[in-house]
Amino acid sequence: MEPDSDKIIDQVTRQDYKYGFVTDIETEFAPRGLTEDTIRYISSRKNEPEFLLEFRLKAFRRWLTMKQPTWAHLTIDPINFQDIIYYASPKKKKEVAGLDQVDPELLATFNKLGISLEEQKKLAGVAVDAVMDSVSVKTTFSETLSKYGIIFCSFSEAVLKHPDLVRQYMGSVVPYTDNYFAALNSAVFSDGSFCYIPKGVRCPMGLSTYFRINAANTGQFERTLIIADEGAYVSYMEGCTAPQRDENQLHAAIVEIIAMKDAEVKYSTVQNWYPGNKEGRGGIYNFVTKRGICKGSNSKISWTQVETGSAITWKYPGCILLGDNSVGEFYSVAVTNNHQQADTGSKMQHLGKNTHSTIISKGISAGKSNNSYRGLVRISKNAINSRNYSQCDSLLLGSSCGAHTFPYIQVENKSSIVEHEATTSKISEDQLFYCQQRGIDAESAIGLIVNGYAKEVLKQLPLEFAVEAQKLLSVSLEGSVG
Amino acid sequence: MLLRIKDLHASIHGKEILKGVNLEVNKGEVHAIMGPNGTGKSTLASVIAGREVFEVTAGEILYQGKNLQKLAVEERAREGIFLGFQYPVEIPGVSMTNFMRTAVNEIRQYKGLDALSGSDFMKMMEEKKKLVEITSNLTNRSVNEGFSGGEKKKNEIFQMAMLEPTLAILDETDSGLDIDALRIVANGVNKLRRPDNAFVVITHYQRLLDYIVPDFVHVLFEGKIVKSGGKELALELEDKGYDWIKNEQL
Repeated sequence: MEPDSDKIIDQVTRQDYKYGFVTDIETEFAPRGLTEDTIRYISSRKNEPEFLLEFRLKAFRRWLTMKQPTWAHLTIDPINFQDIIYYASPKKKKEVAGLDQVDPELLATFNKLGISLEEQKKLAGVAVDAVMDSVSVKTTFSETLSKYGIIFCSFSEAVLKHPDLVRQYMGSVVPYTDNYFAALNSAVFSDGSFCYIPKGVRCPMGLSTYFRINAANTGQFERTLIIADEGAYVSYMEGCTAPQRDENQLHAAIVEIIAMKDAEVKYSTVQNWYPGNKEGRGGIYNFVTKRGICKGSNSKISWTQVETGSAITWKYPGCILLGDNSVGEFYSVAVTNNHQQADTGSKMQHLGKNTHSTIISKGISAGKSNNSYRGLVRISKNAINSRNYSQCDSLLLGSSCGAHTFPYIQVENKSSIVEHEATTSKISEDQLFYCQQRGIDAESAIGLIVNGYAKEVLKQLPLEFAVEAQKLLSVSLEGSVG
Repeated sequence: MLLRIKDLHASIHGKEILKGVNLEVNKGEVHAIMGPNGTGKSTLASVIAGREVFEVTAGEILYQGKNLQKLAVEERAREGIFLGFQYPVEIPGVSMTNFMRTAVNEIRQYKGLDALSGSDFMKMMEEKKKLVEITSNLTNRSVNEGFSGGEKKKNEIFQMAMLEPTLAILDETDSGLDIDALRIVANGVNKLRRPDNAFVVITHYQRLLDYIVPDFVHVLFEGKIVKSGGKELALELEDKGYDWIKNEQL
């Protein structure tokens, strides 16, 4: 690309983070650092049953024996795990019975983020579980949903009200032994969302969780568990933001999805954690383990993610295709700008017969960022007649950024087909000039071109999310045109 | 005077391509610029449009009295300058509708007009499609993606019709067109001719000028306009070939 276009890219990818404000609210903290006492503190704060404390302690002891993974194409400053506060809860005035009792400061915060917690004001009927720091603030439409037998509540509430379901499924897809950050999460997780869709029920509205980090020096460790029973369907959306700070903050989450026979779960994420400033100072470390299991035959799990935030992203949403004829999908757009780093992709494990998976990954790198796709497709011996199609495209804006692809493919039978396609392209000076000649300035042109490039993924998003994601894509690259 | 180019010198990566071009275009006129390959025809078009890789080293371009060099590419476009590309670029995933709607509304905004409503815009699309005899569902396709050579050129004329420029420069729009496509492209231009706009048609061959009849014909050779005349000059060129010019210049 011409140096001129680099200059333009540079201008377009400079854009300030809109959600960097801090809410001034009284917060209760766990003592800084991580010991068994910290875990006991969290567990007792939440009045957890004994089995959960046991689970946490086992995870913690396991974590102590593990090492932070270094295989990702990321440069991570050492994390001092003793310097993090593992539990931060906005102080409740009393027990929250209805919306009236939710601290107005919290309502205002979520309103400012565009998330209304007032059911009557909600558009398009999307139920929201709003999580601030370590606790769920409010779950909307719980009552409406309960008429269908759907359980949608905070994880903490699920632990108290539906301990059997939690006990049965928690850790069944992502065991605490899975990886370093999964072990850490299992030890200290504080809240998150829980969702159970009973047999044959099509969830009448989209469900969503909105995660907000507010308190300083804290980590957010949430856990989401979604169970779709036989023939059930649910579309789930997740959004996240955090204040602008000079220190890095750790977000290590786990999402587990279980789809029984004929069930379908669509999980969409628009990840917009604070990415750090232009010089690479601050920002969220987004180290997340997301996995679903297609347990029953003909079940389907679909992950769609639009990743624009975080200083560092490390996540590989995947599917274990256990049931025969089950389907796993992964659609991703990952944007990195300035000094952001992303190592993200998917893990598709085919165990059942005739299982199908699709991976469409679109990386967009600008500034001095690094963007890697890493994916594993494993087709086991018994997964006969299985198929995978992977397409990994990288788009480079400017000449100081990097794009990398690390596909791993293991096929253990002869009747399966695996296809992998990869492309790398740049926004050409020709494309920009063409748009500008039609009266479109460079910034809008980049927005158009990038959205066009990501279209295949964006069209997978629920409507409520798609518009926001499109805007976010343009905004994330503002100041970076080429 | 709509466009006045005075002693224009321009170079790319230090190599001088335009070596003192003079040209005057009034509203209502159609000018043809002809010449052998590699003499600076496309460079001239790009420089008027403001492509940054070309450096203007001397001279000036005045458009409606404004010094064009002070305007960015998109500002020139919003001021009514349109360039029909010789090689229209593909923009995957961006629908023609979205692309044109963005362009039309950016220009409207620049002129202080409200954005067109969705239905008004779609009506306009349909109208202009007819004008350029586009029958396919071009509007839902991505910009130029998978278009045949002829479709791409028709699409340029379609965009010209949508944006209603004051000065349209068509850079070898006829190259690679079969006779039907050529007729459609030329018809499009003829329908858009008005007393208050002007066309600069750059072509290597005379045959386009059978359909678009120019008021003036200029021959660009080695970075300069070496001969100007009426439409009969094109016929003379066709007859004698560019060697005639070359020999005259020696």
